[in-house]
Amino acid sequence: MIRSRFCKNCGLKVTGEDSVCPSCKAALPPLVPENPAGKAQKIFLFGLLSLILFWFPLAGIVLSVIALCFWTSNNGIVRNIAKAKTGRILAIIGLICSIISNAFTILVMSVGNLSIWAEETWEGIVGWALDIPADFENNFITDDRYQYIFKGLGITFEVTIFAALLGIALGVIVALIRSSYDTLKEELRGGFGKKFLSFLNKLCGLYLTVIRGTPVVVQLMIAYFVIFVSSNNKVLVAVLAFGFNSGAYVAEIIRGGIMSIDKGQFEAGRSLGFGYVRTMAFIIVPQAFKTVLPALANEFIVLIKETSVSGYIGLQELTKGGDIIRSRTYSAFMPLIAVAVIYLVIVIFFSKLVSMLERRLKKSER
Amino acid sequence: MSADNQVIISVKDLKKHYNDGDIKALDGISTDIKKGEVVVIIGPSGSGKSTFLRSLNLLERPTSGTITFEGQDINDPSCDINLLRQNMGMVFQHFNLFPHLTILRNMTIAPMKLHGLPKEVAEKKAKELLARVGLEDRASSYPSQLSGGQKQRIAIVRALAMDPDVMLFDEPTSALDPEMVGEVLDVMKGLAKDGMTMVVVTHEMGFAREVASRVIFMDDGVILAEGTPDEIFNDPDNDRLRTFLAKVL
Repeated sequence: MIRSRFCKNCGLKVTGEDSVCPSCKAALPPLVPENPAGKAQKIFLFGLLSLILFWFPLAGIVLSVIALCFWTSNNGIVRNIAKAKTGRILAIIGLICSIISNAFTILVMSVGNLSIWAEETWEGIVGWALDIPADFENNFITDDRYQYIFKGLGITFEVTIFAALLGIALGVIVALIRSSYDTLKEELRGGFGKKFLSFLNKLCGLYLTVIRGTPVVVQLMIAYFVIFVSSNNKVLVAVLAFGFNSGAYVAEIIRGGIMSIDKGQFEAGRSLGFGYVRTMAFIIVPQAFKTVLPALANEFIVLIKETSVSGYIGLQELTKGGDIIRSRTYSAFMPLIAVAVIYLVIVIFFSKLVSMLERRLKKSER
Repeated sequence: MSADNQVIISVKDLKKHYNDGDIKALDGISTDIKKGEVVVIIGPSGSGKSTFLRSLNLLERPTSGTITFEGQDINDPSCDINLLRQNMGMVFQHFNLFPHLTILRNMTIAPMKLHGLPKEVAEKKAKELLARVGLEDRASSYPSQLSGGQKQRIAIVRALAMDPDVMLFDEPTSALDPEMVGEVLDVMKGLAKDGMTMVVVTHEMGFAREVASRVIFMDDGVILAEGTPDEIFNDPDNDRLRTFLAKVL
């Protein structure tokens, strides 16, 4: 374990024993105290380790006892089959835990010099724990580095939301063109209308093939470095690139939803006298929306995470923000974990929101 | 009524071919349907009964031939199909109620959007129709909460809410449990008694015998026999019809 500190002045990572920063001569925070590594410590450590190692068989024993309790309750007569099943599963987990722990213990013992291993682990754990405040300060507080995360998050939101709106608008248009071509090609009697619709359909087919057949990073770079060479508005380029990309997937999701609605629904609407557009608007789309909602939500989640490649065109969104901090402080753990946690929180929050909406939509049908 | 004999639908040499004529679903159908008539179409599966019925409101587009509805050639490009369909109610084998709407909304959506009826008026009318089929307490239910027979009765009054001149029934009882067939047929009998012009494709021979003013027997896309129920059921003069009746009666 190489112990290190960070200069609060210049952010340099110092690994030696110096008391001042080698580059800017500012005072360094004190070094992590040396582990006395006396005998008592070693015994304590051994105890701690055995406890940790013991935890697995302990879990096995506890789970097995719980399982036995379930098993033998009600004078040995299994009244609650679900409980008995749970007990059996717990017992099996306990058994597996015991096996793993025993294998692990034997492995560690046979590897040999336990005390060296233990000492290094001790320093590793304690050093890391003692580093946390300094590490945090260095990565987020110094030079207002948290701003990279905050501003990046703002740009991630901006790109995602506008790209999602563009994607949904495009997707709905493409889906409607493609599904109306499928249903109307029989009904239209030729002439300009049919030719025009057929042309639009082919255009949409081309769009879907190209967009879905190439990686989004490549599309983004083509948009920035080839198509919008003269533009310096990276956010706008990212919105357009991700919007056009997402539109292709949304189009197929919505088309799938429209096609999943029974043909009889369409005929019923038409037989009442509704035209094509009104049948779609009043009867097909409201039903299709319910079916495609989970897939659409998933597409939105994918989009949020996909915007993380915007760094390729130098757009400073959330991921790039974390990466910039990493490149300044030479410490990867804090900024990258922070970025990951932020994405995770957004996605979890959004998933909850969608499942609430789904439940509400379902209620209207019961 | 002086208009009793007025022809409302006139079909001439109607053909519907699939696969460039390999499959002839309809192969030259000609018939006139008069106002107030109840025409029942019978025949084996695949004989083209449903295709014929669906051609009448252009859910199937005929390959050739003419269909004249109230003096208008419906296959003519100048014909407003949507207006035509507003005057032709259709009841499907699988009900096709709109599952995302309440019963009341199922019945009022078309009159409100197409006839421009105010909500209260459309709802009042819908409730009257619901009372007629004994389902007035179901107005705020959703279709998934109804039995098959109830769904089909709703489907009938949903079509009636548009005040059509003709009602088309495409095997309305085929998807129902046997004990629910009666309640639907009763509604249809009531309609016939009120003088509604009806074209019914069905396998319910009892209904045909009792209610029909004319029975058409179809097979292989052509009309093989046509006449009053008495002529068709008691004195069949066609071999194919006789074997068919022997099987179904």
